[in-house]
Amino acid sequence: MSRIISTLIGPRVPLEELRTHRWHYLTPTFIFMLARVLLLVSIFFPYWHMELEAPQYPDGLFLTAYVNHLTGDVREIDGLNHYIGMRPLGEAAAFERAASVWMIIAMFMLVEGAAFIHSKWATLLAIPAVTFPAGFYADLHYWMRTFGLNLDPEAPLSASVKPFVPTVIGEGGIGQFKTYAEWGQGYWLAVACSVLVVVGFYFHRRAYRPLSLRAKGAT
Amino acid sequence: MKMPIGRNRLPVSLLLATAAGVLLSCVVPDAVAQQEGRRRRGGEQEVKPLNLTPDQVAQLTKVANERKLNVDDLLAAAKTFMPSGRHDEYVLFSSGGQSGQVFAIGVPSMRLLRSISVFTPESWQGYGFAGEHDPVIESLKINGKVVAWGDTHHPALSETKGDYDGEFLFIGDKANARVAVIDLRDWETKQIVKNPLTISDHGAAFVTPNTDYIIEGGQYATVLGYGYAPPSEYKDSYRGMVTMWKFDRMKGRIDESQSFALELPPYWQDLADAGKNASDGFFFINSFNVEMATGGVEKGNPPFEAGASKRDMDYLHIVDWKKAEAAFKAGKFEKINGFPVIKIETSIAEGILYFAPEPKSPHGVDVTPNGKYMVVAGKLDPHVTVYSIDRIKKAIAEKMYSGTDEYGVPILNFDAVKEAQVELGLGPLHTQFDDKGYAYTSLFLDSAVARWTLGGEYDALNDDQPWKLVQKTPVQYNIGHLCAAEGDTVSPDGKYLISMSKWSVDRFLPTGPLLPQNFQLLDIAQPGTTMPVIYDSPIGVGEPHYCQMIKADKLKTWKVYPEVGWNPHTQRLDANAPKKGSEGVVRDGNKVTVNMTAVRSHFSPEHVEINEGDEVTWRITAIETAQDATHGFCIGGYNVNLSLEPGEYVEFRFTADRAGTYPFYCTEFCSALHLEMMGYLHIKPKASAQAGNSPD
Ligand SMILES: [Cu+2]
Repeated sequence: MSRIISTLIGPRVPLEELRTHRWHYLTPTFIFMLARVLLLVSIFFPYWHMELEAPQYPDGLFLTAYVNHLTGDVREIDGLNHYIGMRPLGEAAAFERAASVWMIIAMFMLVEGAAFIHSKWATLLAIPAVTFPAGFYADLHYWMRTFGLNLDPEAPLSASVKPFVPTVIGEGGIGQFKTYAEWGQGYWLAVACSVLVVVGFYFHRRAYRPLSLRAKGAT
Repeated sequence: MKMPIGRNRLPVSLLLATAAGVLLSCVVPDAVAQQEGRRRRGGEQEVKPLNLTPDQVAQLTKVANERKLNVDDLLAAAKTFMPSGRHDEYVLFSSGGQSGQVFAIGVPSMRLLRSISVFTPESWQGYGFAGEHDPVIESLKINGKVVAWGDTHHPALSETKGDYDGEFLFIGDKANARVAVIDLRDWETKQIVKNPLTISDHGAAFVTPNTDYIIEGGQYATVLGYGYAPPSEYKDSYRGMVTMWKFDRMKGRIDESQSFALELPPYWQDLADAGKNASDGFFFINSFNVEMATGGVEKGNPPFEAGASKRDMDYLHIVDWKKAEAAFKAGKFEKINGFPVIKIETSIAEGILYFAPEPKSPHGVDVTPNGKYMVVAGKLDPHVTVYSIDRIKKAIAEKMYSGTDEYGVPILNFDAVKEAQVELGLGPLHTQFDDKGYAYTSLFLDSAVARWTLGGEYDALNDDQPWKLVQKTPVQYNIGHLCAAEGDTVSPDGKYLISMSKWSVDRFLPTGPLLPQNFQLLDIAQPGTTMPVIYDSPIGVGEPHYCQMIKADKLKTWKVYPEVGWNPHTQRLDANAPKKGSEGVVRDGNKVTVNMTAVRSHFSPEHVEINEGDEVTWRITAIETAQDATHGFCIGGYNVNLSLEPGEYVEFRFTADRAGTYPFYCTEFCSALHLEMMGYLHIKPKASAQAGNSPD
């Protein structure tokens, strides 16, 4: 049993080795720590913005998505969307918004674990954090596509606005509206976390793989 | 054995990370909120300095020649034209005269921005059309009778330290002696108080420098408290008055329980102005008819117009209102019609009231920005007479009296209190001030605006001699009040002046026998003799009297109501406001409550089924939050029309005394599906309602 555990968590660093090559081992730990902090902080920053422009809204309408909530002119946009038969934005990604903070905390703990595990199994723990930005994008795309393609055919403007796939990033348009969407700082923090974890693994492997090989050789 | 580092550092780094997260969560949201949205657009479009090419000059010259415009016309157009989307620098709040309203006009474009209904129900604003027991209609009642019009005369913006603060606007109704409070956050009338002493007034509204009190001076003497006495008892029974309405700024309402009045002799008190700076604590009122003429052409007596102008001098009333307030608080008053009144004897004994002679039948009395001088315009005398507060205080202290009037009020020696007299021309009425040491007086008979110089510390502000007429600019025609930018405050701006010309005669296309007034804009930015008229603006909706011009950026106007479900009468969120999802009809006996929401482009519910004879309370919340997404709501035949502004909650009541099918609809074009924004009120006839309700 303890053998399995020690295989999983990998070899510990001998104290003498640690004293002489301190930064060799500390580097991945610190990079992972930075990555975790960035991911946690991203909760407080917007992940995605959309601005909608139309003649009668000279100041524009704005949507801002955080991992766990949506702010901006949601009420007004919902009001307009009902003319084309789109469901209220509040009904989109309800599970994701409810779970996101817990998911991020879980990823935080997993990357924490990855720093502690010195075997190749550490990579498994890091997969969620590394793929999180891609997952966020895929989910956003899924919901926008679902909402855009499932318009109520009985809606007042169904004759002039047909089902469509809204533009997730960049310029788009619908009816008299032009839309501009871009990633927010929160998303870039998540991307930075993802990149840092990958970089951290380079140093992680550089530090612990020789130890693992040595341990294997010893048995 | 020592623990390996990996295990050792784990809890520490977790702790660090969590602490950093917590810290950032406190600091970050504010910063983020500012970054959200509104980033793509820069601020205002930048305007590049203009440099006309010869080709453009030729184009401009061609247009000017085709339209017969000279260079002054082109300059005037350039000074007043507002490109689309550009906002005016000032807002003019003008009385609406007999329309009972207030008009808001942008300066320098002179575009009418909107009207604000005050004493007259007005259907666009849904003011007074909320069914039976409408609080607006209730507030218009005088002795149980709805008086649904007013003669609005003098608007007064609220002041802090003698300067406009842009929070409230007050206005008097001359015909019915009422004062209204308008909240400048939503530009709606919040309160109307009726003077319990007098039927009509004139000197309202004027505010003390911190808006502690709103001054309402009377005009035509009557028996105070709506009493009766024949004209033969005029001197004994008729009285003038001035009322001090206490303003509670926190509540945004006049506090009638802290208000009081001063009894005055039955002269006809006219305009008032509160002292400021050097004269803070005083206010001043003009009077005419100190002759106490009682008219009666039908009996062979001289008419009022002759009898009231016989003597060469009338009395400037000087009131020490701080002493009056102290006397009121000390209980030195009598109650008339339930309202505290400080009697003339008390005012004399307490040193509250003094008179100073003023040339016959004057009109305005206006205090200079530093508070040192009071300018009285002669009306029937070609001068303005300037009094100094230092001289007045000295004359009071040293009892420099030339006698007392019939009621025992001390009359200060004219020569002791007079600072200067400046001859301006015929019919001087009202005076305003600028930032360069000039005063501006309207000349009614001359149809002109006179610019003249003040003396004292103002002498240093321009090159002209003190107390001298500098320039007279003709205006068209019969100017009444005038108004310079913030021209009655402690810090006037100069720049613009409005001539409120009473007659327009030939200025505009004929509009039948009833012609519009003419608001003329004068450019007073240059000193000396340059003071051209640069715009004529027809006012075809009432005959305004006074107006005030405030820098637009002082106004903190709401774009929409702060929260959905807002009650403008109470200026707070209303617990009764129907919410989305809670709509419906609730019945309790024959009392029916309709809970409705309005949003583009439907009402909910769309069918309301009630019975003939039901007493209906109908509540609507406009659950809109976008600027300008206003709806209306009307029920034809029931005299109901509401303005449902974004976030607004309105309640109205009526008795469903006529059965039938009544379409209700949105009366403000709100959206592409505005025509579809309707529903039906089904009022079942009594017979069938009973049949329907009876058990089978
Ligand atoms: Cu509507």
